[in-house]
Amino acid sequence: MKRKWNWPLWVGFVVAVGGLFSYEYFVRFPITRDFPWANLLLFGIGAALLLIGLFRAFGRPQVYRGKVFGAILAAIAFFLFGFFSYEIFYVLRQVPRSAQAPEVGERARNFSLPDQNGTQIALGDLLSPNGVVLIFYRGHW
Amino acid sequence: MKIAALSVDSEEINRAHAREMGFTFPLLSDTDAAVIRLYDVLHRGAGPKGTDIARPAEFYVNRDGVVRWVNLTENIAVRARPEQALAAIDAEK
Repeated sequence: MKRKWNWPLWVGFVVAVGGLFSYEYFVRFPITRDFPWANLLLFGIGAALLLIGLFRAFGRPQVYRGKVFGAILAAIAFFLFGFFSYEIFYVLRQVPRSAQAPEVGERARNFSLPDQNGTQIALGDLLSPNGVVLIFYRGHW
Repeated sequence: MKIAALSVDSEEINRAHAREMGFTFPLLSDTDAAVIRLYDVLHRGAGPKGTDIARPAEFYVNRDGVVRWVNLTENIAVRARPEQALAAIDAEK
């Protein structure tokens, strides 16, 4: 007898892969960037479906397919989740301490740098009646 | 209130970036990271091909040139929200 297609394995795998790659999209919104709950939710749904698929494949192997490829898909999904967690919860937190950065109450350190039009701009030029917010960022690449 | 953004990017990159995003505030080009070092916000080897770049950091400086708010994130993905900076500015008024 031909065994049935074990769809939760495939759908779970696709959802888990989506959990990794959708970070490109979710990173644009502070609410899903500050903590990646949307990605973790996708990984969770993917894991649940993969587990259902594996239970079917190993519990009723005469009815459902997927013992071999189900195990492979689950292993890949688990690896992707591990990679995601490592990047998000470890690599992104490797920020220098900046112990010598200016503190509240200190005088801002003077500088003069060219802007996008080649005009030299000093700190003093930026001190409007309401002050200035200096934003240091990683750059555009 | 003014805004100025600082990074190691060149004037050319900043020009293209400002045009693309419609930014009218200055994007300051600190290619040798001198000012980034001066503010102790250098992130060694964190840029493309292991170059030194700035870590994300925000400072509010009042009209007298005094720092009134500092935001040094512990997670590159978590940046200051506009409301945080605005609250610091409102507190100054």
